[in-house]
Amino acid sequence: MNGFLNVLLDIFRQPSIIVALISLVGLSVQRKSFSDVLKGTVRTLVGFLVLAAGAGVVVGALNPFGDMFQHAFDVQGVVPNNEAIVGQVLLDYGSSAALIFFFGMIINIALAATTRFKFIYLSGHVAFYMAAMIAVIMGVAGFDTWAVVLWGSLAQGLYMTLSPALVQPFMRKVTGSDDVAIGHTGGAGIALSGLVATLVRGKKNPSKSTEDIVFPKGLGFLRDTTVIVALSMGIIYLIVALFAGPGYVEDKLSDGQNYIIFALMQAATFSAGVFIILAGVRVVLAEIVPAFRGISERLVKNAKPALDVPIVFTFAPNAVLLGFLSSFVGGIVGMVVMIFLGTPIIVPGVVAHFMTGAASGVIGNAAGGRRGAVLGAFANGIAITFLPLLLLPVLGEIGFSNSTFSDSDYGVVGLFLGWLSIGGGQIAIIAGIIASIVAVYVASLVLRLRGTKSDAVEPETATATAAK
Amino acid sequence: MKFLAVCSSGLGSSFMVHMNIDKVLKELGVTGVDVDHADLGSVARGDADTIFVGSDLADSVGGLGEVVVLDSIIDMAELRVKVRETLAAKGVEIPAGDAA
Repeated sequence: MNGFLNVLLDIFRQPSIIVALISLVGLSVQRKSFSDVLKGTVRTLVGFLVLAAGAGVVVGALNPFGDMFQHAFDVQGVVPNNEAIVGQVLLDYGSSAALIFFFGMIINIALAATTRFKFIYLSGHVAFYMAAMIAVIMGVAGFDTWAVVLWGSLAQGLYMTLSPALVQPFMRKVTGSDDVAIGHTGGAGIALSGLVATLVRGKKNPSKSTEDIVFPKGLGFLRDTTVIVALSMGIIYLIVALFAGPGYVEDKLSDGQNYIIFALMQAATFSAGVFIILAGVRVVLAEIVPAFRGISERLVKNAKPALDVPIVFTFAPNAVLLGFLSSFVGGIVGMVVMIFLGTPIIVPGVVAHFMTGAASGVIGNAAGGRRGAVLGAFANGIAITFLPLLLLPVLGEIGFSNSTFSDSDYGVVGLFLGWLSIGGGQIAIIAGIIASIVAVYVASLVLRLRGTKSDAVEPETATATAAK
Repeated sequence: MKFLAVCSSGLGSSFMVHMNIDKVLKELGVTGVDVDHADLGSVARGDADTIFVGSDLADSVGGLGEVVVLDSIIDMAELRVKVRETLAAKGVEIPAGDAA
């Protein structure tokens, strides 16, 4: 009997099996055929193992980077890259992360169905990364596994519902409607951009739109994640290798290989690892997200899908470029400040600055024209440089792994939970989560009392009545 | 027949377009079209019969074969029209009477 229990435990300790089971549930509720269910379940199992293998590649390339950085500058150098850190986190916290991800979606549907915050968070990849971070923080706080999953899922569901709500007032200005929202872990920084842009708008001479500027083309390569990661990491590794010097690198790390070639190859290997992790994440999510979407469409009336940031890129292509550049400058300014302060150094993560910086630019432009796009995205750049720095201590051992979560929401959620944990332990975390749930319902009630006007002309209800 | 939705990371936007194409095909009652999504870096010519991208990526997909550019990746009406056109151009029969 005991032997049987142990086998059962061994099964459930395997994150790949947990995600495969979630996938099995997802496919079954979609009433897929037996062969589709079997195919999807096995693909998810293998996809998770692909992801784990990618983590190994990334870690292999990051370790020499950390050593070189430490030797050259005598401080810790941290590369914020979601895929890189999540790959590592999932090796230790995979099972609870997968369960938090799954139950978080259910909480999201429940909150959307019962409050005025009708947002369904459909960016499965970043939600999955968020679940991984929450699993770490709850684990570091010392919760039992079941409690990690219980409270973690509530925190995750709250996050998925509230982050789109934060950006929505500015999103309405971009799209001119209230039908779609942004669901991305850059939400807090993007909302900050909207806020800054509103403040600097200027009443007398409103700043003109970025779209009146004629920009040169030819930065298309920025859109290709693999290329941009390899190029930017190549430059960063090269600089660090030059400072570390050939003596150290060739002696201790590269086994005699020329230090420049070694650095460039490690940077390319990092990109290769991210490529593998992305492929794994894609397979893992392929069966789960459509089920989530299908269920939420059935259960939540007037649901607003919260989607990945590129949905706003087409609204203001110039602001995309301007936003990325401003955010990146913010990241560099932040890094210089850290050098003077002597803290660990957050190297600007190009992917994060591109994705969230570009969205900040578009939102900033809608709220405050050119000036808004530039200053808003700059504020985002500063935020995603300092938030990861503050986040490092609450991540426990994971904070020392040369890589970290890159977007603003990880910082906001992580610091909320992490500081509660430092201040009052598990009780404070539980109290904080319950208080947040209460706050959501109170806010929803206030909105309901205030906003009955917008309810009067719901097109959905209009057509439904017409059909009868 | 295979349609492929593409975005820069191959995770969020392309997945959404992929699901929306699935939805449109179901509405039209068309079967036998394989839909998938991928990132810009791993797509090669010949991976699909038609590639769907948002207009922000239009410049980056040259040389990948037949491309459909979506002015807005969240506009279902536009997607419906463009999927229909693509199917017609490929000679795929759309069961009549279904598209009310």
